[in-house]
Amino acid sequence: MLTQYIGRRLLLLIPLLLLISIISFALIQLPPGDILNMEVLRLRSAGTQVSEEQVEGLRQLYGLDKSLPEQYWLWISNILFKGNFGTSFTYVKSVSEILAARVPLTALVSVLTAIFVWITAVPIGVYSATHQYSPVDYFWTFVSFIGVATPGFLLALIFLWIAFVQFGISAIGLFSQEFEAAPWSLAKFVNMLQHIWIPIVIIGMANTAGMMRTMRGMMLDELNKQYVITARSKGLTETRLLVKYPVRTSMNPVFSTIGWMLPGIISGEVLVSMVLNIPTTGPVLLQALLNQDMFLAGSIVFILSVLTVIGTLVSDILLVWLDPRIRYEGVA
Amino acid sequence: MAQNALLEIKDLMTHFHLQEGIVRAVDGVSFEIRRGRTLGIIGESGCGKSVTAHSILRLVPSPPGNIVNGQILLRRGDNASDQKPVDLARLDPRGGEIRSIRGAEISMVFQEPMTSFGPMHTIGNQIMESILLHQSHVAASDARELAIENLRRVGIPRAEQIVDAYPHQLSGGMRQRAMIAMALSCSPRLLIADEPTTALDVTIQAQILELLTALQEEFGMAVMFITHNLGVIAEVADEVAVMYLGRIVEQSDVNELFDNPQHPYTQGLLNSIPHIDEEKLPRLRAIEGVVPDPYEIPGGCAFSDRCPSFMPGTCDRAMPGLAETSPGHRVRCYLHSDVEDELTEVTDGR
Repeated sequence: MLTQYIGRRLLLLIPLLLLISIISFALIQLPPGDILNMEVLRLRSAGTQVSEEQVEGLRQLYGLDKSLPEQYWLWISNILFKGNFGTSFTYVKSVSEILAARVPLTALVSVLTAIFVWITAVPIGVYSATHQYSPVDYFWTFVSFIGVATPGFLLALIFLWIAFVQFGISAIGLFSQEFEAAPWSLAKFVNMLQHIWIPIVIIGMANTAGMMRTMRGMMLDELNKQYVITARSKGLTETRLLVKYPVRTSMNPVFSTIGWMLPGIISGEVLVSMVLNIPTTGPVLLQALLNQDMFLAGSIVFILSVLTVIGTLVSDILLVWLDPRIRYEGVA
Repeated sequence: MAQNALLEIKDLMTHFHLQEGIVRAVDGVSFEIRRGRTLGIIGESGCGKSVTAHSILRLVPSPPGNIVNGQILLRRGDNASDQKPVDLARLDPRGGEIRSIRGAEISMVFQEPMTSFGPMHTIGNQIMESILLHQSHVAASDARELAIENLRRVGIPRAEQIVDAYPHQLSGGMRQRAMIAMALSCSPRLLIADEPTTALDVTIQAQILELLTALQEEFGMAVMFITHNLGVIAEVADEVAVMYLGRIVEQSDVNELFDNPQHPYTQGLLNSIPHIDEEKLPRLRAIEGVVPDPYEIPGGCAFSDRCPSFMPGTCDRAMPGLAETSPGHRVRCYLHSDVEDELTEVTDGR
């Protein structure tokens, strides 16, 4: 039954992804002008003579003279059948080449951030609920309000400033200088792990703060339910009954929010990565959008959307797998 | 403590310390439950029945609830009238000793069958949990068989399939049966049934009551049966305690109580049952007024503001004591005792 459900969901992905690809493509075509206007402007301001014929030639070369549906078909068929995302005008490199290193890093930062959010927010939420109105509960309530209210890039700036002024460290980047250009190795990986927690904590802060409150609220609801008293009346220890019954029930929102947490993390990540100079897709996306570098921007939006859709699917499957009430009522 | 007593409660007081003041939910309750017998506790909502039951298993949430006085003496072990009873009121509510009693020697069935089981685990899983927790000699592989056996015993059809069902897949009546199966899975000596039939419809109620009575005969456990339904009490109880605002107002053998109710409150309760054989149906005879606010309990007898036999200058002076009017029949009312005795007692005692 579960495999059937997953199969159906996977089939539904196909039209959804198609729609996403059209929307991503349309979105980046929306602003007036195109990459050539920018390019010609740049060349002319540098003193190079560019004739209208040359511009037309370039336009034909890049297929920009074709109608929008034709351009879209060119773009998507190359992705689907050749795995070719096109060429970036700004970087004069293939999009695949630019993104090869960055998408996995974005995914890694996102997944690690999600994990960081869970392993901090869930225990704190549970503790706050079981010790409601205790000083520790008030402390975390305070922290979570600050966390929700402070934008990530501001936290990043504050962090950089403290690290530099107090400790004389430049906390920018994901690698130490000697590894920056080096090929992947164990040492480089370890070096990355030493740096990666900074963006993870900063990006995760707002989500952790929110999740903490959600978990606390859910737990407070569940703790007074009859089945908790039943479990206690059976002679279970407090820890065991908490973990088995109310915590388990309260975890539902944790799993169901994977879907919308990922886009949140990714968009939060853009600005934080700019500030911290992390080589993820964020800074490239911003640059590509500013330059109307449509193949690059479109591909990034498309890939990130696909990742988000997959995240949502994973969260739905987890939920169905974990909660028997959903399993039997929703699917059967 | 009497020879055949299993549990004896002496002057139990469980109070809730809230911001608005102290709620004396249980305020000096004493009774005894004998092996294999059924004590029925009856009273309106908010009279302290459930808090009494929760106090026995130390399930009263603290804060705000506290047992401030009294003893809850439990005789542990099978045949140990010589053994010193344990005072449950003195135990740590999170400690190992009370946990070894919960579910094993005293177990409980609750009012809400819809929410009594955790929603995420199968019925079987939750019954097996009890079995494995208290019966260390049972191997994990055998626990499933025992769980099925327990389900079968409470009359659940296709028990070997129901054992893998989730709570939401069962009807209320089935869930309450499963709840009873779980409560009995470790052969407790005392079963506390806290309004076990209140949330069920009448035909299912009758089945559950029959089941409880049959199981009690089969296993010889004692039952403390809490209800607000006099008909149910008449059916299951050997002895009855009538509670009003945290105190027992009348206590006797079940036949004596129905034949010869002495407290005006008990009389009111009995009168308020409509009879089907009456010539013409009169208006329902309800007891006047409502249970007073827990912060504004009248001075003197707590029932005085609703009592049809209220005697000014007597009932508002002091809380009457429980006086024995005939062997085994005790009443807390000045119709049956003298207020002057109480007044001297009060001044002596405090």
